[in-house]
Amino acid sequence: MYIVVCVKQVPDTTQVKIDPVTNTLVREGIPFIINPYDTHALEESLRLKERFGFKVAVISMGPPNTEATLRKALALGVDEAILLSDRGFAGADTLATSFVISAAIQKLSREAEVGLVICGKQTIDGDTAQVGPGIATRLGYQQLTLVDRIEHLDVAARKIRVRRKLEGRHEIVEAPLPALLTVLREINHPRYPKVPRRILAEEAEVKLWDIKALGLDPSAVGLKGSPTTVVKIFSPERQIGEILGDGIKDPGNAAELLLQKLRQKEIIVF
Amino acid sequence: MQLKQAIFIFLFVVAMILFARSCYQRFSLILLGKPEDRFRPFFPRVRAMLVYAFGQRRVVARLFGLNHFVIFWSFLILLAANGEFLLHGLFPAISLFLLPPFVFLPLSFFFEAVSLVTLLSMLVSLARRTFSPPPYLTTPYVKARSFEAFLILGFITLLMIAFFGLHSTEIALGKESAGSARPISSLLAGSLAGISPPGLELLGGVFWWLHALVLLAFFNVLPLSKHMHILTAIPNCFFRNLDQPGLLPREVFVKGNTFGAGRVDSFSWKDLLDSYSCTECGRCQDVCPATNTGKPLNPRQIVHAIKINLLENGPVLKAGGKAGLPLIGDNEEGSNPENSLWSCTTCGACMEVCPVLIEHVPKIIQMRRHLVEMESKFPEELLNFFENLEQRHNPWGIAPTERSKWASGLEITQFAAGETEYLFFVGCAGAFDSRTKQVTSAIATILNAAGISWGIFGKEEKCCGDSVRRLGNEFIFEKIAKENVRIFQEKGVQKVITQCPHCFNTLKNDYQQYGLKLEVIHHSELIHRLLKERKIRLGQKATSLGRIVFHDSCYLGRHNGIYNAPRQIIKLVTDTAPAEMKRNRENSFCCGAGGGRMWMEESLGTRINLTRVQEALALKPDTLCITCPYCMTMFEDGLKDEKAENVRVKDIAEIVVSGLG
Repeated sequence: MYIVVCVKQVPDTTQVKIDPVTNTLVREGIPFIINPYDTHALEESLRLKERFGFKVAVISMGPPNTEATLRKALALGVDEAILLSDRGFAGADTLATSFVISAAIQKLSREAEVGLVICGKQTIDGDTAQVGPGIATRLGYQQLTLVDRIEHLDVAARKIRVRRKLEGRHEIVEAPLPALLTVLREINHPRYPKVPRRILAEEAEVKLWDIKALGLDPSAVGLKGSPTTVVKIFSPERQIGEILGDGIKDPGNAAELLLQKLRQKEIIVF
Repeated sequence: MQLKQAIFIFLFVVAMILFARSCYQRFSLILLGKPEDRFRPFFPRVRAMLVYAFGQRRVVARLFGLNHFVIFWSFLILLAANGEFLLHGLFPAISLFLLPPFVFLPLSFFFEAVSLVTLLSMLVSLARRTFSPPPYLTTPYVKARSFEAFLILGFITLLMIAFFGLHSTEIALGKESAGSARPISSLLAGSLAGISPPGLELLGGVFWWLHALVLLAFFNVLPLSKHMHILTAIPNCFFRNLDQPGLLPREVFVKGNTFGAGRVDSFSWKDLLDSYSCTECGRCQDVCPATNTGKPLNPRQIVHAIKINLLENGPVLKAGGKAGLPLIGDNEEGSNPENSLWSCTTCGACMEVCPVLIEHVPKIIQMRRHLVEMESKFPEELLNFFENLEQRHNPWGIAPTERSKWASGLEITQFAAGETEYLFFVGCAGAFDSRTKQVTSAIATILNAAGISWGIFGKEEKCCGDSVRRLGNEFIFEKIAKENVRIFQEKGVQKVITQCPHCFNTLKNDYQQYGLKLEVIHHSELIHRLLKERKIRLGQKATSLGRIVFHDSCYLGRHNGIYNAPRQIIKLVTDTAPAEMKRNRENSFCCGAGGGRMWMEESLGTRINLTRVQEALALKPDTLCITCPYCMTMFEDGLKDEKAENVRVKDIAEIVVSGLG
C-alpha cells in the first residue's frame, strides 16, 4: 500500500523580495527549500512506514530544479520520487495544480493501492491551503485537514482516526481509507537525514512525468487551466519607526522611554 | 647445570612466552585501526620523541613530575643492571666481573646510586598516593584503579630492596669483589655481621629469588595494566600529531562508506595506540572545563573507554565477528555516554597537558560524527542550527542578504583582487551579533586609520563552518568548505583578516585540506604589527579602561600559539601589562562556547562561563579583554549573572580604538 506525500519547493521566504515594478516575487538567487509544512507530512509518512511497512512515494509539481527537493525527500527515506514537470504546467493556480497531482496519484494507484495521501497544511509562498483539499475532492478521498495527531490507524479495517486542531478546540475524526490528510507543524519533529542516505539519494532515480505521461489535456493544465488571475502583489507600506534612547550605552533609559511610548499609545495600561 | 639455574631458565622462558603472548594479543589489535601516515616527516618525529619521551618535557611541567623524570631515567639505567642480572641467572659465567675494573667499578657504583634514588622516589610516590593525592587522583573512577599503581610501585620497591639485600649479603660473605664501589650495600653488610655464613647464603638466595620473581612478574604485569605506557609512550611521542592540534581528518563521501567512529575499529591505529599509552595520570581531567564544572565528560575516561572497548571487542572483530560492547553507550566501562561526547568544548586543554601527547579531541569529534552522520542523534537544539547553516550559511538562519547591514552608513568597499590588498572576513557574529558588530566597526576604524587597503565579501560571505565541523557534521562542513574555497579562489583572495579566532583557525588550517593556502591574520596580530610599525597613531595613554584582565581564546592561543600580540597591544595602549588570571596562556580556561557548545544548552553541572568570569572577577578588574566573539557573549552573560555591572567586556580592537590619537 502506498502513502503519497505531496511536497512543494518554495523560495526561502525570509529572503524573498517583491519587485515593485512588475509586482512579482524576485526569485533570482534565492535558495529554495521544501515547504516547511511538507517536511512534517514527510516525517509522518516515514513514521507510518516504519510502523506499518507502507511504501512512501513523494510527488512534486514544479520546474526541473524541483528535483533537488525530491532528492532531499529521498535522503530522509522515502522510497520513490516523482517529479511532475512540463512547460505546459507553468502558471498553474490551485485548481490546475490539484488536477495534475490527482492525475499522478491515479496513475500511481494503478501500480499499487494508495491508502493515504499526506500534504502540508499550506505552502508558505501561496498560503491558500487549497491544493490538498482539491486533490481529495478530485479523487473522491476522505478529506482530513489541519491534523495535529494521528490517533489510530487500522490498515486491515481500513480506518483512520485523527485529531484536528481548530480554533480553541480539538476534534477527533474517523474516516475510511483512502484518505487525504493535511498536517500541521505540531504533528511531529522532522528527522535529520543520515549521510549514507543522502549519498544514495544523489544517485537515486527521480521519475519524470509530463503531460504526455499523465495522458492529460494540455488545455486543462497550467495557465490555460487556471481561472485565477493575480492582479497585484505588493508589500504593505510600513511607517518608519524611531529609535528610542541608546540601548547599548543606557539600556535602562531606553526601556523607560519605550514604556512611556507604549502607555501613551494605550498599548499597555498600568 | 645447577638446579637454581635450571629452575630459573624454566621460569624465565615461561615468563617471556607469557609476556610475548600478552604483547602480541594487545598490539595486534592496533592493526584493526584505520591507516594513517604517522611516519613522515621522520626527523621532527625523532625530535618529538627526544623532547617529550626522553626529555619528559610535559611530565616535568608540573613540579611532582620531577619524581617521574627520576623514575623514568632510573628505569632506563637499571634496565642495563637488570639485563646483567637476567644474563647472569641464565648463564652464571656471564657477569659484570668480566668487564675491566675501570668500567666495572664505576658502573657498580652508578647502579648502586641509581637504585638508591629509585628507592627514594618510590617511597615519595607511595607517600603521595597514600597521604596527599591530588584531587584528580581521588575521583571514584581512579580510586578504584589505584591498585595497579600501588602494585607497580610495590614491585619496584621490592626490586630495589632485593638489589641491596643481594649485594649486601654477597659483601658480607666476601663474594662481592666490588665492595668498595657499593657504599650502601657495604653499609648494610655491616649490619649483617652477626649472621653465620650459611644464614647469609640462605638470605642471599631469598633476595636473589625475590629479585628474579618480582622482575619476571613485573614484565608480565606491564602489558596487562596501565603501565603498558612503559612500552607505548615512547613510540606514541614519535607518532605524535605534527599538524595544528585538533585538526580533523577529512571524510570521503561515497556510497558504501561509514562515517565517524561508531565502533572501535573505525578509529585510526594511532587513536588505538593512544589508548594504550594513557597512564591515567589525570592531568587532562584536571584542566578540562567540562570535568571541572560537573559535566559527564572526563577526557581520561574517553581514552580509557576506547582501550577497554578495544580489548573487549578487538579479538571478536579480528575474527570477523560482531562487536558486543557499544563504543557509544551509557555508563558501562568501555562505552562513552552520548552526553559526555556533547560536553566537549574542543578547547584542547587536555591535549596541551598530556605528557604522552594523546589526542583526545579528535576522538570525541569522530564519535560525534558517527552520532550526527550515521544516526542523526544529537541534542535537539542543533537541528535548527544545522539547517540554518546548510540553508542560510549562518547560525541564526538570518537572511544572507542581511549580512552586509552592519556596513550600511559606513564607507566600506567590496573586496576586489588587485584593488584591495586584504579581505576582511567579518564572520557571522561580526555581521549579525549586535555586540560584535561594534567590534567589527572598531576594526574597520583601525584599518582605515592605518591606511590599510581592505574590502569585504558582503552578502557573498558565508559561515566558515567551524562549529558544524567540531559538532561532527562533516558532511555539511565539506559542502561549506568547498563552496568557500571556490569563492576565495574565484575572487583571487590571498590575504585575509579575521576577527573571530574560529574563522581564523578554519580558514588558516582546515581549508588547507581543501587546497587553499591563505595568508590569514587575526586582527590582534595585525593591529600589533601596525602599532609596532607606527602605522597607528596613539594619543594619550588610555586610562579610562581601568584595570584590564586578559583572557586567552582557545583557538587563538592553544590552537594557534598566539599569546603575545594582544598582551603587547594592551601594554602599548595603556602603558600597563594586563592582569593575568592564574590559568593563562597555554593553560587558559575555556569560556565554554567552543566546539559548537555556543549553540547548545548547558544544562548539566555548573556553567563554564561563570567559572571563568569568577576567576577574572577575583582580580578586581574594570575591563575584561577578549579576542573572540564567543568569549564576548559568554563573558557578557557571565557578568550579568554575577551582577558585576561595573565591569565591561572589550575586544582588543575596542581597546585600541579608545587609545587612538
